Amino acid sequence: MLGEGFLRVLNYRDAKTEAVKKKSKSKSDGEKRGYGGVDVTSRTEQNDLATLGRQYPDLQVADSGPIPAPKCLTPHPLASPPVPVPPSSSQEHDQGYLVMGGSVNISVDVPELRTNSVLNGMLEKKLEEVYMQHLTENLARSGCPSLLLFPLIFTCLAVVIVRCSGLTPPEPQTLPSSLGQNVSSEGVPFVDVPMALGIFSVDYHHVQAPFEIVLWIMLASLAKLGFHWSGRVPAVVPESCLLIMVGLLVGGVIYGVRHSAPPTLMLDAGYFLPGRLFFENLGTILWYAVCGTLWNVLGIGLSLYGVCLLCPSSLGDVSLLHCLLFGSLIAAVDPVAVLSVFQEMHVNEQLHILVFGESLLNDAVTVVLYQLFESFLRLPSVSGVDVLLGGCRVLVVGFGGLFIGLFFGLVAALTSRFTPRVPVIAPLFVFLYSYLSYLTSEMLHLSGITAIVTCAVTMKQYVEANVSERSNSSIQYFLKMWSSVSETLIFIFLGVSTIQDVHMWSWAFVSATLLLCLIWRASGVLLLTAVVNKVRRNKVTFRDQFIIAYGGLRGAICFSLVFLIDDFPKKRLFITTTIIVILFTVFVQGMTIRPLVDLLDVKRKKRALPTVSEEIHSRLIDHLLAGIEDVVGYWGQHYWTDKFEQFNRKFLRRFLIRKSSRTAPVFCGCIRSWREESSRQTERLTVPQTCSSRPLLPEEMDSIRRILSRNLHHFNNRMPAYSRHTLHQDRSLHRHRSLREAQVEDAEFNELHHLRGGLRRYHTVCAVSSRSASRDIPIPEEQTTPTHGPKKHLNLT
Amino acid sequence: MGSNKSTIQYIPDVKELIEETGFSAAHIQRLFERFDLLDRDQMGTLRVEDFEAIPELAMNPIGDRIIGAFFSSGKETVDFPTFVRVLAHFQPTDSNRTKNSSQEPYNSPNRKLQFAFQLYDQDRDGKISRAELLQVLQEMLGMQVTDEQLQSIAERAIQEADLDGDDAISFDEFKKSLEKVDIDQKMRIGFLS
Repeated sequence: MLGEGFLRVLNYRDAKTEAVKKKSKSKSDGEKRGYGGVDVTSRTEQNDLATLGRQYPDLQVADSGPIPAPKCLTPHPLASPPVPVPPSSSQEHDQGYLVMGGSVNISVDVPELRTNSVLNGMLEKKLEEVYMQHLTENLARSGCPSLLLFPLIFTCLAVVIVRCSGLTPPEPQTLPSSLGQNVSSEGVPFVDVPMALGIFSVDYHHVQAPFEIVLWIMLASLAKLGFHWSGRVPAVVPESCLLIMVGLLVGGVIYGVRHSAPPTLMLDAGYFLPGRLFFENLGTILWYAVCGTLWNVLGIGLSLYGVCLLCPSSLGDVSLLHCLLFGSLIAAVDPVAVLSVFQEMHVNEQLHILVFGESLLNDAVTVVLYQLFESFLRLPSVSGVDVLLGGCRVLVVGFGGLFIGLFFGLVAALTSRFTPRVPVIAPLFVFLYSYLSYLTSEMLHLSGITAIVTCAVTMKQYVEANVSERSNSSIQYFLKMWSSVSETLIFIFLGVSTIQDVHMWSWAFVSATLLLCLIWRASGVLLLTAVVNKVRRNKVTFRDQFIIAYGGLRGAICFSLVFLIDDFPKKRLFITTTIIVILFTVFVQGMTIRPLVDLLDVKRKKRALPTVSEEIHSRLIDHLLAGIEDVVGYWGQHYWTDKFEQFNRKFLRRFLIRKSSRTAPVFCGCIRSWREESSRQTERLTVPQTCSSRPLLPEEMDSIRRILSRNLHHFNNRMPAYSRHTLHQDRSLHRHRSLREAQVEDAEFNELHHLRGGLRRYHTVCAVSSRSASRDIPIPEEQTTPTHGPKKHLNLT
Repeated sequence: MGSNKSTIQYIPDVKELIEETGFSAAHIQRLFERFDLLDRDQMGTLRVEDFEAIPELAMNPIGDRIIGAFFSSGKETVDFPTFVRVLAHFQPTDSNRTKNSSQEPYNSPNRKLQFAFQLYDQDRDGKISRAELLQVLQEMLGMQVTDEQLQSIAERAIQEADLDGDDAISFDEFKKSLEKVDIDQKMRIGFLS
């Protein structure tokens, strides 16, 4: 019954578009600007509706007729439409209505002129609502769960896909507006009151379409979950159907999501973030992000203004605020670009986390500064109070994003607690909740990227413990796939847009910008590091500083931000400069960073050659110091992590993790000590009594030195980072391969790499090992060794 | 965990401890609070298990050696004065506050080197034998290098340091091999940071 009802909707829809297309073909093209045949005159529209109304009597909107003045009007000033409008007045609204890309605003633009396309849109919307209502009522009435859910989900999908395909592909200039930046849609004033700055605002229309889509899918999934949980017939729907549905859902989501690609990359990064390391270095990261960004923005902005003053002929009309605005968007280090370059280089974890964390967190600062300056541009005058409010806004944005992410992360963890009977849907929740958190914070004009990363980080520990291993793998695979795809898309889009735009060129400006970016970033990093090194245990070395400074790549964020500036005479110049800067940083800096770093390493080595004894003993003392510091308890730092761990254990874990897997975290905690121990046990040498005493060759000396300097770093913090494009599962097999076969030169480094990857797998999978008995998945032998783990043997002489 | 100013009265022989080790009263107090926190069974002494419970120490490659350094030979528990004396080695040398000049202060470079030496020399025979060196290298490097490399590293280290040809490193040889290293800088902890 409902199946055919749904089919009828589709037929109705088809018939309507057919009829409409037929009508528009018979019209003369001269006076109308067609948008895929949606425009028709009112009379013919009514005729169509009448005939359709007769065929589908129950699909009529109840209160058709003169549409009352809608309450949901948003004043959409036609003063700055994104596409130039021809003189015929009746068509402007269509363009305003349809052209806004991902942030489609279904509500009527202008009250007095109700054209047919407008009516069309409202009609469609009401139809969908009515039909959904119809459907859900029937759902509630009848009692067969899974058969109902199938058409429900399918309908949602149909709605999603049809609506999305009904949207015209937006022009490239407007696409960046929805590329994930939480700046209000063009034309809508950001501040409510022109004389003051708003700290907090809600902008639902900006994210309406994807928000609704996601909510619908979420609702459907939760309904499905609920029905399964209640114990009713899950066996009716075969496994393949479930899989097809999941595939369709993801496809539908991707359709709706295509306008906001970047968040998926952040999700991937956040999910695989080494949490402990991140929090240990959080102070440094914040220091770099906030102060560094401020330094860069102010520096670049002011210097650029100076440059503009120097060439009044060509650049005279660029004001100080414009320069500051430009500075704020060009100083933003882009996590996407950074990630994609860094994973080629074998940087150690600490450095990786520093740069990555900084690029994440400076999103909040950058966007706030950008909005600040933009609103200053609109204000008649800027007072000190406004600057202060701007400062408050940074905090609000940052912490707001954080809390939203936390909230959604916890909710996701709670949801994952109830998924054992429906394992297939568990990965979906990961994505949905993360994306929801992103959208919510976008809606509230908070930092979306912070939200999504926090959500992923929070969600990870609990979700991993709750879901099955297969779900875990699928989550990881999907994340990687998705992020690869969107990364490719972003950069392709960047390339495409470069060629399309008309450029304005100014040698002074462009070269000045390039130079200044480099100079200010380098000086900023040097200064900040000098300060922060006094407080840190693991100093940030010169090599690290160089990488941080040189690795500050700009990317898509700058690009999208620059398009959103209000139009002023030199806007083209800004756009051109931004493109040049992005291309320069990504190509030149990105490609040369690796050889330069290698050069640095070599140079450093040639200077001082400590003897082997010195190196050994120094490293021993380093380890000793670390150990003593742990004994003494580095005041403050461990205190809080201990407290948090207690809180975590007592409340959060009990609440958010299923009973059967609650013992697992104990393993996770001890997994490192196990690794330590078993490595000693399996690889303990028998000390030979006789030994050779031949003199060593110089290349052996070199290799020895290299081994020592690379591998004797502080154990906690200097391990190499994982690689973004590979998954940990593939490396577990390397674990027991004999190390004796490994080559000395560079392979030993990769071996360590592999080991860490493989061992980290245990860190994530160990939660499963305790449940392996209850699962039907045969777990390979290696993973059962963790159960012997946590016993630690101490040899005390 | 509020700082309780009156706890310092409960520590026996506080004044002697302060004089002997050069810690200030505030330092001692903090150390006592830390001692108390580590002492899970509240017996007034620390056992091996209490040390093992420190998670980072468990991950340290020479963790068990460090723990062993706290326990003087034969004893199974560590009381507070011993705890403090061991930690006194890691004070900066220039903050030498001891008035007791009859014995060498704990944080002199010599004492620091002795402490490090004892980490190697588990059997306390006053020399680091090849076997002991290999063991330490194994612990620090174990997973990443092959046996032959370990052997050659140890070989090289002994070659460099061993001046009297007995195939082991005595304390003086150890000291000599580290003469270029600023020991005080390396082996210090800011206790009130």
